[in-house]
Order: sequence, then C-alpha cells, then structure tokens
Amino acid sequence: MTQTPFVEIRHAQKSYGTLEVLRDVNLTVNRGEIVAIIGPSGSGKSTLLRAINDLDPLSAGEVLLEGVQVNKTLPPRAYEAHINEMRQHIGMVFQHFNLFPHLTVRQNVTMAPKLLKRLGEAEANRLAEEQLAHVGMLERIDYYPSQLSGGQKQRVAIARALAMKPKLMLFDEATSALDPELVEEVNQVMKRLAEEHMTMIIVTHEMDFAASVCDRVIFMDGGVVVEEGPPSVVFRTPTQERTRNFLRKYLEGAK
Amino acid sequence: MDTDLILKVTPFFLQAAVITVELSVLTVLIGLACGALGAAARLSRHAALRFLGAAYVSVIRGTPALIQLFLLYFGGPQIGIQLDAFSAGVIGLGINIGAYMTETMRGAIVAVDHGQAEAARTLGLSRAQAFRKVVLPQALRLMIRPLGVNINAQIKATALVSAISVIELTYTAQRYIGSTYKPFEMFLLAGVLYLAIITVTGKVIAALDRRVRLP
Repeated sequence: MTQTPFVEIRHAQKSYGTLEVLRDVNLTVNRGEIVAIIGPSGSGKSTLLRAINDLDPLSAGEVLLEGVQVNKTLPPRAYEAHINEMRQHIGMVFQHFNLFPHLTVRQNVTMAPKLLKRLGEAEANRLAEEQLAHVGMLERIDYYPSQLSGGQKQRVAIARALAMKPKLMLFDEATSALDPELVEEVNQVMKRLAEEHMTMIIVTHEMDFAASVCDRVIFMDGGVVVEEGPPSVVFRTPTQERTRNFLRKYLEGAK
Repeated sequence: MDTDLILKVTPFFLQAAVITVELSVLTVLIGLACGALGAAARLSRHAALRFLGAAYVSVIRGTPALIQLFLLYFGGPQIGIQLDAFSAGVIGLGINIGAYMTETMRGAIVAVDHGQAEAARTLGLSRAQAFRKVVLPQALRLMIRPLGVNINAQIKATALVSAISVIELTYTAQRYIGSTYKPFEMFLLAGVLYLAIITVTGKVIAALDRRVRLP
C-alpha cells in the first residue's frame, strides 16, 4: 500500500487574464517535513502557498491535505462549510501579521477556538496562556497589538494560528516586514516548531534560515518549480542555471 | 436689539427646538437604518442589489432634499401616499440622509485592511463570522466621526421641513416675524438654539469616539 502524501499539489495552474502565475506545479510534502519555497518576487511562490488553503483559488489543479481535496468545486454553501473546516487544520502566518487591532493579545488567540470549537471562557484562557507561553508572549497577554513590536506581533500571530491545533502551518514571508534585529526572535519560534515536527511550508527570502531549518528547498521561477532538494544540494551545488543566478544575486545583495 | 422680546418668545422657541430635536433623532435613526441597508446592498455579492444600492445613492444625492420633500408631501397624495407634514418630513429626510450614510458606512467597511478578513478566514471563520467579529468592529470605530458629520448636516437640514409647514424651529421663527416684524431677533434666537443642539451632539459623538478608541 502506498502511503497517502500529507500535502499534495497536483498540476496547479493559476492565471490572471493572460498572465500565468503558476504553470503546472506539482509538490508533495510529507508529514513533519519542513519545506522552504524560495525564488524571486513574481515567481509564484506566495500564490502557491495561498492556494494551499484556497485563499487564492487555483485556475486548475488540485490541493489535497491527507488525501482530502481542499479546493473542491461545490455549491457556495457547501463550499463555505467545507473550506472553513479545512482551514481549521491549516494555520497561516502573514508578512504583515494581520493581528486584530481591536482585540487584546488574549482575545486574538481565543477568538477562533471559542467561535469554532465552542471552548468555554476558562478553557480558552488556558489555551491562550499555553500558546502564548510557547512563543514567549505570556507577559503581554492583555496588551493590544498596537503596543507590541513587530517581532512580538508575529509571535502572537503564530500563537493565534497554533491555538487552532493545525496539522500544517503556512508561513508567507513571516519575517520580511520585520526590522533586522527582530527577525531572530521569530526565527527561534519557527525553529522550535520545527523541532516539534510541525509540518511547515515556508515562503522566505532568508536563505540562511531555510538552510538551517528546512528539510527541503523548492526554488521557483516564472511559475514553475525549477529545482528542489535538500538545502545542502540546492544551495551548494544547484544544477539549474536559473537557481545559480538567483543565489548569486542573493549573495551579492547580502553583502 | 429687543432683548425683552427675545426673553418673551424664548419659551415658545424652546418648544419648537424640542420638535427640531425630535425630527433630528427620528431622521438620524431612519438614516442609520437606510445607510446600513444601503451599504449592505452596495457591498453585496449580488449585482442586482449592488445596482439598487448605487441607484439609491445617486438619485438621492443627485436631487435637492427640498424637492424630495415636496415630491413626498405634495406629490404623494396623487399616487396614494397620504402623510401628515411631520411624518413626511421624518421619512423624506431620513431617506435623504440615509444615502449619505450609505456612503459613509461603505467607506468605513472597505477601509478596513483586507488582510483582516483574510486572517479571520484562514482561522476557519465563515464570511459572516469574519465580518461580524473582525471587520465590523473596526469599521464601526472608523465610521463614528464621519457619521457625526452626516448628523451635523442633518440637524441643520431639518429646517427644510418648515417648507412643508412642520412647526419646528425655523418655521416658528418665521411665524413670529409675521407678528413682531423683528426678523433679526427671531432668526438670531433660532440660530443660537441650532448651535446649542449641534454643540451638544458634537460633544456626545466626540465622547463616543474617545470611548471606543483603541490604545
């Protein structure tokens, strides 16, 4: 018996009018695997990530989580119920945090579990404390987002996603909007998640982080996967010219 | 300036000011309801509703409120709508301010960053839950001040119903001019009372805005 892949993307295609953003992308992610998607801007990496929870629906192709199709074609009401259920298993962290500014840190974390899992006040509070302690934000539990630094906001956003006990976490350039000195605290949290064997798909511009944390690196360009493999191979001995060009430019930029 | 006359007529003007306040409160309530419905229509997924919302706004904002009142009060009976002056005034002005409030509310809702609804949806919230729990609370805060501007305009616009003989502040001033021949005193007194109503309303709105403001 062949094992069902944890996440499977089959023949993903996406176009806006005549602009093809994704052209037949295939990708399989195993349970517990940590995958980085890298590539120049406009390569389609964020679009691919956002297709996984159907935030940016594909034009064609399938996304499956544990063999269940995420982007099913259903009548509107049935789709709504289906996608809301699927998304509870797929946590997502955004570049700009998207914390809810009218809610405290605690309320940011407890809102979805209370609404969707019918958690009581005490239980939800315990969950929030547990998740916030995990990202080192327990002391700020009753602050508002505007009172936090960027790094702190992103840690809260991670706790908010984790509070739904997702099976999979998606990170869309989670550290790109941060001041350089705040990047590390968020990276630490992501590293800890990696050690706990959370399945993660990470769109990133940080090659060092990808190299040190990820099991596999996917290099995308022009809407296709150009090259993939373990970071040691993709970063040190890339086989494709486009990968070499991209990495060279990145290294020059880093200097 | 005839201060004795002013003091003598002030009690009657105060009674008229109460009518102006009633008109203001009722028209604002109708306006808020029309505004909420209008904004919902304009932001609807259904093209027909969006069209209706847009038509409401452009027709009402594209014609004088006074014409709308005349049409309802004088023209209404011709098509079977019989309203007394006060009701016609409240309904007509309420529908009128509702069009402006539609735009205010719609503007506040679309001003909430799209990433907010997106983050809520990725947690598994439905479209309705995301709107209710995440977008609306932020939009409501954004709309308090601009709705205050609409309300300020509306209080002054209640003067229009004097033209269909509702006995409010402006009508009362005109009536007393007929018997006293002192337009300066009468309009001055009416103006001061409008100013008082608007000042108090402005303070209430500012206090409400402060109360819900986020840290």
